[in-house]
Amino acid sequence: MVAVTRAAPAHPSRTGGPMLPWSRWIASITAVAPTVLWGAASIGLFAGLWEVLWALGWADAKLLPPPHIFIGNIADQAKFFNTVNRWQIGAGQGGGTSPPLAVLYTILATTGRVFSGLVIASLLAVSIGVAIRYFRVFGRLTLPTITLLAPVSPIAWLPVAIFLFGIGNGPAIFMVVIALLFHMVLATINQIDNVNRNLINVARTMGASKRQTYVRVIIPAILPQLFVVLRFNLFAAWMVVLVAEATGVGYGLGQVIMLARNTFNPSLVFFTIALIGVLGFLFDLAMRLAQRKLLYWVPQGSAVLRGL
Amino acid sequence: MASDPVLPFSSRSAVVCRDVAKVWAPGTPRAHEALRAINIDVAPGEFVVLLGPSGCGKSTLLYLIAGLEDTTSGELWSFGDRIEQPSPQRSLIFQEASLFPWLTVGQNVAFGLSIAGMPTQQRNEVARQALQRVGLTEAIDKRPDELSGGMRQRVAVARALAMQPKVLLMDEPFAALDVQTRAKMQDFLLEVWRASGASVLFVTHHIDEAVALADRVVVFTSRPGRIKTIVPIDLPRPRDPFSPQAEALRRHLTAQLQDEVDRAFAEQEVLAAS
Ligand SMILES: Nc1ncnc2c1ncn2[C@@H]1O[C@H](COP(=O)(O)OP(=O)(O)OP(=O)(O)O)[C@@H](O)[C@H]1O
Ligand SMILES: [Mg+2]
Repeated sequence: MVAVTRAAPAHPSRTGGPMLPWSRWIASITAVAPTVLWGAASIGLFAGLWEVLWALGWADAKLLPPPHIFIGNIADQAKFFNTVNRWQIGAGQGGGTSPPLAVLYTILATTGRVFSGLVIASLLAVSIGVAIRYFRVFGRLTLPTITLLAPVSPIAWLPVAIFLFGIGNGPAIFMVVIALLFHMVLATINQIDNVNRNLINVARTMGASKRQTYVRVIIPAILPQLFVVLRFNLFAAWMVVLVAEATGVGYGLGQVIMLARNTFNPSLVFFTIALIGVLGFLFDLAMRLAQRKLLYWVPQGSAVLRGL
Repeated sequence: MASDPVLPFSSRSAVVCRDVAKVWAPGTPRAHEALRAINIDVAPGEFVVLLGPSGCGKSTLLYLIAGLEDTTSGELWSFGDRIEQPSPQRSLIFQEASLFPWLTVGQNVAFGLSIAGMPTQQRNEVARQALQRVGLTEAIDKRPDELSGGMRQRVAVARALAMQPKVLLMDEPFAALDVQTRAKMQDFLLEVWRASGASVLFVTHHIDEAVALADRVVVFTSRPGRIKTIVPIDLPRPRDPFSPQAEALRRHLTAQLQDEVDRAFAEQEVLAAS
């Protein structure tokens, strides 16, 4: 019998032979270069337009300070980040942290809350969703309530977050979890119901028990789509975390925006917005990289559309 | 076994269908009679091809025999045991290879063995042997999406063989392949079948394929699926598709099938008009 395995590997990077480190670096740099250039062009165009409007005098620098103003004076902006009174992560330092460190802590605090919220929400949602399908009675008992709660805006849960967790990390993380949980439970159930019947039937004919079928077929089969759902919900997570922080949680980017509003400081608002934008982008990028590592079998997106 | 008076058939038959009927969604407005009064005995090591118009219930019958669905009435037996649930003895192979995309080819083939709790080393060895039989040893560490359609289908066959099934149920396994690949796959299947000694129930729409493969061809009526006729083919293998006997058989089967396809179309038009 002849082995017919001469087909070219579909993923050269996966099976490719030894590559010199530097040539791999060059390869990956040239691969991302267009993306970076287009990104720079897009932002440059937008920022340039704003600057022109300002130069023409159409954009009032007090209300709509252009990028070179609100980014140019980082040191000035940074001092507003030192919310030392309510500082908790850097507690015990008495006099408070220097402005650049304060910016860093604030960013880390907010990002950390979003991240913890996402992790907790995903684990909970997959567990609950699987349990709903696995244990019929549990499903009958919980699914109606979950369906009822799913359309409620997470903002409505804000008082609950404060009643339950007071101030600090608790309520902010709770808000992120609440914002994602119900949708992700429903998405999990939907994905379970749509798992390719043949895959399940193969497992069953091979003698898999119900538990084995869930653990070894259904859960791996639903993960890729759930990851996409998670990525789409990222913006919701960032939204509610800012709201939670702005309304008395204590510190974080949301608090800075609130401060900027109360002190009428448009520069600070735009600076924070830019910061949040960059963070959100990096977060999404990190998730895409994680996806590539964790869900190695999923073909990489948009390649199909490239020819159109 | 011969002393057992209860069994109305040879308990050594690989598959026995006794008056099998299947109604989908019985007792609802969507109730749909798929199969009626099916009686077949499949001998051990026999190659049976199921031929019939689309929607006549061929896949349904394979699901019933696999134990994935319950019969509405009638009995199914395999080697003297009632078929009540799926069993590794009866492997089902689908039109699409249905490999697990997150496992390597080797892990896919070893899946059933790992379910059964076989130690890793041993099952890797069995998987390697099964892949050898389908000529794909070199692909053992690849992922399914790196293979061509034909290769994937061979992996699916290897996965089934690794369980050492006594009955192979194949639902249009080569339908998605091009003509040349399909001819190769047929030769390959006959080779594997001979080596394994398993019985095969093979669904196809292709009369050529039926004549190339079968010991017996079961022709179904349009729905509800009943057995219209059973045509034995005792041409020696390897078969010459251009021999006069093969030609005559194809003509005969075409005529048998054409009636039913016409009827099925006429029925669908009536349904559409009402
Ligand atoms: N799970 C199901 N629930 C309800 N009805 C079904 C189900 N599976 C099949 N049927 C119906 O039973 C009938 C027979 O279907 P089946 O898939 O067995 O036909 P088939 O002979 O395999 O057709 P084809 O050659 O097109 O594959 C069809 O009318 C189909 O609509
Ligand atoms: Mg079918």
